[in-house]
Amino acid sequence: MDEIKHDLQNPSKATHEDLFGRGITYLCIGFVSLLVISILYFITTRGLATFTTNHVSLWKFLSGTNWNPSLLDKHGNPQIGALPMIVTSFSVTVLAAVVATPFALGVALFMTEIAPERGTKILQPVIELLVGIPSVVYGFIGLSVIVPLIRHSFGGTGFGILAGTLVLFVMVLPTITSLSVDSIKAVPMFYRSASLALGATRWQTIYKVVLRSATPGILTAVIFGMSRAFGEALAVQMVIGNAVLMPHGLLTPSSTLTSQLTTGIGNTTMGTLPNNALWSLALILLLMSLVFNILVRVIGKRGALKK
Amino acid sequence: MPKIITSKDVHLSYGPKEALHGISLDFEEHDITALIGPSGCGKSTYLRCLNRMNDLIKGVKITGSMKLEDQDIYAPGTDIVDLRKRVGMVFQQPNPFPFSVYENVAYGLRLAGEKDKHVLDERVETSLKQAAIWDEVKDHLYENALSFSGGQQQRICVARVLAVQPEVVLLDEPTSALDPISSAKIEDTLMNIRDQYTIIIVTHNMQQASRISDKTAFLLNGDLVEFSKTEKMFIHPDDEKTSDYLNGKFG
Repeated sequence: MDEIKHDLQNPSKATHEDLFGRGITYLCIGFVSLLVISILYFITTRGLATFTTNHVSLWKFLSGTNWNPSLLDKHGNPQIGALPMIVTSFSVTVLAAVVATPFALGVALFMTEIAPERGTKILQPVIELLVGIPSVVYGFIGLSVIVPLIRHSFGGTGFGILAGTLVLFVMVLPTITSLSVDSIKAVPMFYRSASLALGATRWQTIYKVVLRSATPGILTAVIFGMSRAFGEALAVQMVIGNAVLMPHGLLTPSSTLTSQLTTGIGNTTMGTLPNNALWSLALILLLMSLVFNILVRVIGKRGALKK
Repeated sequence: MPKIITSKDVHLSYGPKEALHGISLDFEEHDITALIGPSGCGKSTYLRCLNRMNDLIKGVKITGSMKLEDQDIYAPGTDIVDLRKRVGMVFQQPNPFPFSVYENVAYGLRLAGEKDKHVLDERVETSLKQAAIWDEVKDHLYENALSFSGGQQQRICVARVLAVQPEVVLLDEPTSALDPISSAKIEDTLMNIRDQYTIIIVTHNMQQASRISDKTAFLLNGDLVEFSKTEKMFIHPDDEKTSDYLNGKFG
């Protein structure tokens, strides 16, 4: 009797195991959340120090075109205008996405609609390989192949937005391709049969039904690609030229937010204006990746509502 | 009445497995013909031969002859796109595109290169009226077709097929995914258009076949067992297997 009472009133072994398992997951989640929050806090406080401690105006930071944080200009104001880097970062990102998207869609359509078996068999490993190549290798190839090529074809040094775009193009291609493949595969088979049964050719079916139905997914893929391009540092740094100048074309050396961060972070002292200014650049990067994430969510939701 | 589709000794096999063992069926113009039989008897497979939808499945081999009027459906030079415009198809699952009602119905017309807004408007309206769905969607033409109920979606699909003005409409169990009321509306739609189109409908539902069809074909295990006027088949079937099936002894 007492034994039954004991069994009923106390948690069983299974309950203990359940609690233990749940405890571990909560612990891990808590740790990861803490990590994310402290990163956000760290970058935000450091990034804002430029404006709070060093009293640089936010507007001057965003619209100024002179970047030389270690020296004051002739009026005694710090020279931290981040506009050239913001412009360059956006230029390489958008251009890389614009160039890569048609190729990515072509490959994705080939893998899903045109030659599903052969295409997937050959191209899937190729795409995985492209993802696996370290960015420093891309940068190295860019530096030793693309930069000289541009120099010979168009003159100038060869460093600049064009070189950055071309390197990023190869780097974001697999991202956009594989996500596009997923979204095209998710288009139900019966849309295709309905279209074919109405007398559409395969190509008409692809661009009028398949691509149209997959548009939210494809946009998500492009934004993921852009967010990768925006955040890529090393490969870009190797081919962009690293001159903090307002870009006057695709061929003049310039500098992105990321490349400036990697170049400058080792040469500054913590807590000084030049260091804080770099943190402000990092803050812009962080905010932009948040924006990209939110865009992906919004588009995903819109697409989900349609179905 | 003139025959619009004639088929003779149609064999179809998926790889080594033969699914149709020589089926000969003729369809008269402006008739409703029902294909009935238990699951897996080959009725849908046969139907999908008529607009060559089976071509999409790998490893399918078809022999025998199938003709749409005088044109051999399986001749090497046949224009499949043109064939499918003349022989439209409604599927088991309502499958409107995730576009507006208007865009769904206009889809086939746009494929054919129709750009004139007046023509498009008029054909969309006529088709939706023929499919008996106009009153329910006329104020929502630019809403997503997927926001309608299953039965409404299926009638939109019927309208989408009618808009292309095919000669033959194939329906592959068009009501099996629908509730009885929606099914009745689809049947009304078919009665509505029977004078203008040749209709071939595959159905699981024997009552449905007896209600709407002029002729019925009974298939079993890839063979055509019996093909005659619907009234005759349901009252005096020639074959014992037909009688057993109609009386619910199997299937």
